This record gives sequence, structure tokens and C-alpha cells, in this order.
Amino acid sequence: MQLNIIEAINLALKQEMRKDKSVILIGEDIGEDGGVFRVTDGLAKIYGNERVIDSPLSESGIIGTSIGMALTGLKPVAEIQFEGFIFPAIDQLINHASRIRNRSRGRFNCHLVVRCPIGGGIKALEHHSDSPESYFIHTPGLKVVIPSSPYEAKGLLISAIRDPDPVIFFEPKKIYRAIKEEVPEEEYTIPLGKAKIVHEGSDLTMISYGSAIKTCKEIVETASESIELIDLRTLSPLDTDTIIASVKKTGKVVIVHEAQKTLGFGAEIIARINEKAFFSLQAPIERVTGYDIIVPLPKSEQYYHINKSRIINAVKKVMSNAI
Amino acid sequence: MEKIIEKFDVPYLQILDENGNCDEKLKPSISLEMIKKIYSLLILTRIFDEKALSLQRQGRIGTFPPIKGEEACQIASAILMENGDMAFPAFREHGVYITRDLPIEMLFQYWGGDERGMKIPEKVSVFTVSIPVGTHILHATGMAMGFKFQKKKNITLTYFGEGATSEGDFHEAMNFAGEFKVPVIFICQNNQYAISTPVREQTASQTVAQKAIAYGFPGIRVDGNDIFAVYKATQLAIQRARAGKGPTLIECFTYRLGDHTTSDDAKKYRGDVELKEWEKKDPIIRFEKYLTSKKILNQKEIASEKNKATKKIEESVKRYEKIQPENSEEIFKYTYASMTEELNEQLEQFKKEVI
Repeated sequence: MQLNIIEAINLALKQEMRKDKSVILIGEDIGEDGGVFRVTDGLAKIYGNERVIDSPLSESGIIGTSIGMALTGLKPVAEIQFEGFIFPAIDQLINHASRIRNRSRGRFNCHLVVRCPIGGGIKALEHHSDSPESYFIHTPGLKVVIPSSPYEAKGLLISAIRDPDPVIFFEPKKIYRAIKEEVPEEEYTIPLGKAKIVHEGSDLTMISYGSAIKTCKEIVETASESIELIDLRTLSPLDTDTIIASVKKTGKVVIVHEAQKTLGFGAEIIARINEKAFFSLQAPIERVTGYDIIVPLPKSEQYYHINKSRIINAVKKVMSNAI
Repeated sequence: MEKIIEKFDVPYLQILDENGNCDEKLKPSISLEMIKKIYSLLILTRIFDEKALSLQRQGRIGTFPPIKGEEACQIASAILMENGDMAFPAFREHGVYITRDLPIEMLFQYWGGDERGMKIPEKVSVFTVSIPVGTHILHATGMAMGFKFQKKKNITLTYFGEGATSEGDFHEAMNFAGEFKVPVIFICQNNQYAISTPVREQTASQTVAQKAIAYGFPGIRVDGNDIFAVYKATQLAIQRARAGKGPTLIECFTYRLGDHTTSDDAKKYRGDVELKEWEKKDPIIRFEKYLTSKKILNQKEIASEKNKATKKIEESVKRYEKIQPENSEEIFKYTYASMTEELNEQLEQFKKEVI
């Protein structure tokens, strides 16, 4: 069936809730309203308000109580309405969700998924266009997933829901409805921690994730160079092997992400390439990222975001720098 | 138009005064056996506390938050838990762990700096120590939500100080609990100091108990050094919770007779006169007065109880000190359910560099 990301996630939630009674949803406006992006539309009608819980407006409350519910054997999938509002809950995620297994030497764990829209490109208010993934990737004990398409979203979310550790599942809102593709009706999983080679190539490796994959794909499909495009899918844990194998083949790398540059995920990727494939490099690695500024309001938002020409320029630069 | 649309009362309960006089009309239904059990636990916890302080001074455990003075709040409430219930402590709740029968060497082990001390045995229904103030209150509310949505009859209890009531998570936990009407009992040990900050600088509320009113459920202040008052208030709260009538906030008005932790010096911020005043209100002293005046225990039995507890603590210290250090590789192994490739690689490097 042809689905967009919202429909694919909705289907994944619906099927996992049918399959496993311990899967429950909690969040602001997710019940009757179906969530501000309608991701949970219709689920309260099917599963009732004790499994699709409309919560008070309280992000730390949502995550903190989800941790408690998880301790009863439930598998909460909590929704945080926008990434800019996840910060009241960051204490619960960093100080508790990620640490419960370690702190209790495996006696307790935190079987929890936090779904949250991420990124800009929808002409929204302040705090509705950010890319805060690095804060979470930096936290041991959390897993971080960012899908790039409807097919990816369904398979990755099902894996996240079945994973016994806390998973932050960021949904790129720019492509929520922008991509429609064939998504199998039946359930399937895409393993966490495994990247995907979206497009094979031999001249240059382009590494990206989330909404930027769509833009990158458009470039690599028409480029004169043979570009290998890697969709990381899971940022933590990272599939280093796929990156290194590709870099050893191409010797040239461009990294693309919407998040700010300093300590953005590109920095970590470069460090790992430096450790494992430095001598395969033929040119300095280029990063195409957001600038180290606050994402501007809609009238100037376009100046912040990565775009095709910036990516193409980076590819040209790396190609011409190659020794 | 102008009128008063709501009015509230804040109840206070004291049954056993500081001289050991018991208001028999208010006394809860409690068996003699239970009274004796509570006394044993009070003594065991007090001696544990003294031992832990002495071990810390000798460098045999690490930083330790003493419980002295607050034993009644913890023991007389946690004793009422049943199978499947769960307590969520902060970090001073040694009395809760001891009441729920955590092997005492595990407490020494944890405060000695070994995570395995918090590998809580299945039969012990107390969650791990939580250091960031007030954050664990939400877990108790959440678990109670889980119980309710799964139609279980269990309840949760959570312990925190009056300082925690200034944290946002206290508000969020109380609000969720009221809104979803879940079986959680909030036990605030108002020991009047958050490290050095006195309660009058913590909040303009006259009591912590009255905060419950704003969330739509009852709050009560009890004399936290009075076994019977804590027991009775908890008993009622648990009955309410199990009957599906929702949460209760119990403010146990008490006093921390020791320092905040072994790294603190309370003399810096509170006077000797106040301390002496509260030493007279010690929950154990008044309970012993009651027990002897009612001839439930005589002096000889009290002495024997103390000897028994001392012996038990000494044995647990011996067991604690025989515990072999954890295999250093274990520090990697509980980050996730299974080791990631990156962690495996770091572990291999660790083995070359450190071991």
C-alpha cells in the first residue's frame, strides 16, 4: 500500500498494539484529537483511553510516568509534541530512563519509546524547527533512531517498540507527508543499529539521515559522479562498519545533516573515519550542516537549512581536492 | 457577585506524644506483634545508621546520608505494604529497604560504591535509590497508573523530603496522580532542612500537606516521629488507594538529627538549642517509653533487642567486606540489554589499557 510517514507510523502503532497488549500510548492530544500531526489518529477509538492516554500538558510527567508504567511490564510509546518541548523531560531521560538498567545491574530496565517530531522546513513557530539529536546520542543507555521514509519509519518503529531499552524515535516533520511509497501491510522489522546503502557508488561516500536523505537521494541519482549514499537510520548505536567499508572503497566523504555543525553528528562520524579509515582518505571530509545559530523564524528559515546547491558544492570540492 | 467558592481544612494527627503518652481513642488497629516488629526495625535501622557513619569515617564505605530521627516515617509506613506493591525511595530511605528486607550488606555495598548493591532481589519491593531530588516521584505515579490500567490492586508509595516539593516533577507527579486517580501514596518527610535551606525558605505554604488540596486529593500532616500517627495515616491512605479512591499525601513532620550527608556539617546552619529540642522528640525514645509503660517490653527485653540488632548489623558488615570487587568489565555490560559493537570495541581496548 502507498503510505506517507504519518500513515506508516500509525499502522505500525496499530499493529503492535494489536499484537501486544502491553504496548500503550501516552502523550498530549493523542487520543480523540489523534495528535497535532494526526499520527495516532483513530487509535483511541480502537484501543480505548486506557491504552491511548491523553496526558496533562507535562513533558517530564509524560516521560517520568512512562518510566513507572514500564516498570509494571507495560511498553509505553510516549509522544512529545515537538522537539523544542522535550527539554523538560530530558532530566527523566538522561538521569533515569537511560540509567535504570545499569544502576540496578540489570534487575530493572526501561522498555520505552519516545516519539517526537524533529527538524524544520514547515514554517513553524520558534522551538518547532530544531534538531536536538546530539544531546540524546551523547547519552549512554539511550538509542536514537531517525527514519528517512515511510517504509523505514514502519520497520524501525516496530523494532524500537520491541527493544528492551529506551529508544528516542525522532520523526522528521518536513517529510511527514512529503514522501509516499510502498509499505507492506504485514509487520516487518528493520534492525536498530544497521545503516542502509540507499544508492551504491564508487567515487564518493555521502552519509546522512532523516529528512536530508530525500535531498541527497535526488542529488546522487542525477550526479555525474558515482556516489554511495548511506542512510544511517540509527544514530545510536551507530553502524560504523558500513561507513568504514564505504570510505575504504571511495576515499572521499561528504556528511549531510540538518543539525548545527559544532558537535553535530558529523563530528563523530569524522572521528570514527579518522580512527579506522584515515589512510584511505583522498581528500578532507566536508560537512554540510545547519549553521551554529538558532534556527530562524519562517521568513529567514531557508537560509539556515541545507540545500541541494550546498551539497553539490561540497561534492565538487571533495572531488577536486582528491589526491 | 463575590463569594467564597472553596474552603479547606488541613488535618494534623499525633497519637503518641514525645513523652510516650498514647491517645487511645486515636490509636490505629495494630497487633501487638506488629508493634514489636516495628520496634525491632526501628532499632535495627538506628544501629545500621550508626554503623554506616562509623564505617564512613573509617573509609570503609563512601558518602552516606544518615537517617537518624526519620525512622518512624519510613518504617511505620513501609511495613504496611503487601505483595506486589512497590516503594520508590529517594536516598535517605534505609528504613524502607530494611523494612522490606533488603539484605543489609547490600546497603553497605551500594553506599560503599558498588552498583550491585542496587540489584534488588525479586522479593524486595523497593526500587533503586534515586539521587536527583524529586525526580523519582513520577515513577511512583507512573507505576500506579500501570497498576490501574492493568486492573491490579497494588499500590505504590514514594518518599521524598520537603525540598523536593519545590521541584517541578513533584507538581507533575501530584497532578498526574490526581488526574488519573491512581493508587499512589506520597510520603513527604518534612525534616525541615534541604541541606542548609530551612523549610520557611523553601515555600510560603504553611504546610506541605495542603499542597495536595490543589491536586484534588487529601493531604494530612502527621507527627513524623510518632509511629502510630504514621501507621494510621498510611493505613487509611492505602485503604483509599486500594479501593480505587486515588492518592493521598502524607506530610510527616520530623527532624533530621544528623547531617545531610557525611560531607555536610549541620552545625554551620542550625543551632544546638534546636537540635537538643528535637533530640527529646526522638521517635525511638518515645516509643520505648510507651512500650515499657504498657509493659509490652521491659528494659531487659529492650537491651536484648539492641544486642540482637547489633549482632545482625555486625554480621552484615562481615558479609559486606567479604564481597569480592565486581569484575571491572561489568561496568560496560549494563548500558544496554546487549553490548553494542562500539561498546565491545571499547571493552577490548579497556582490557588492553587498564586491566
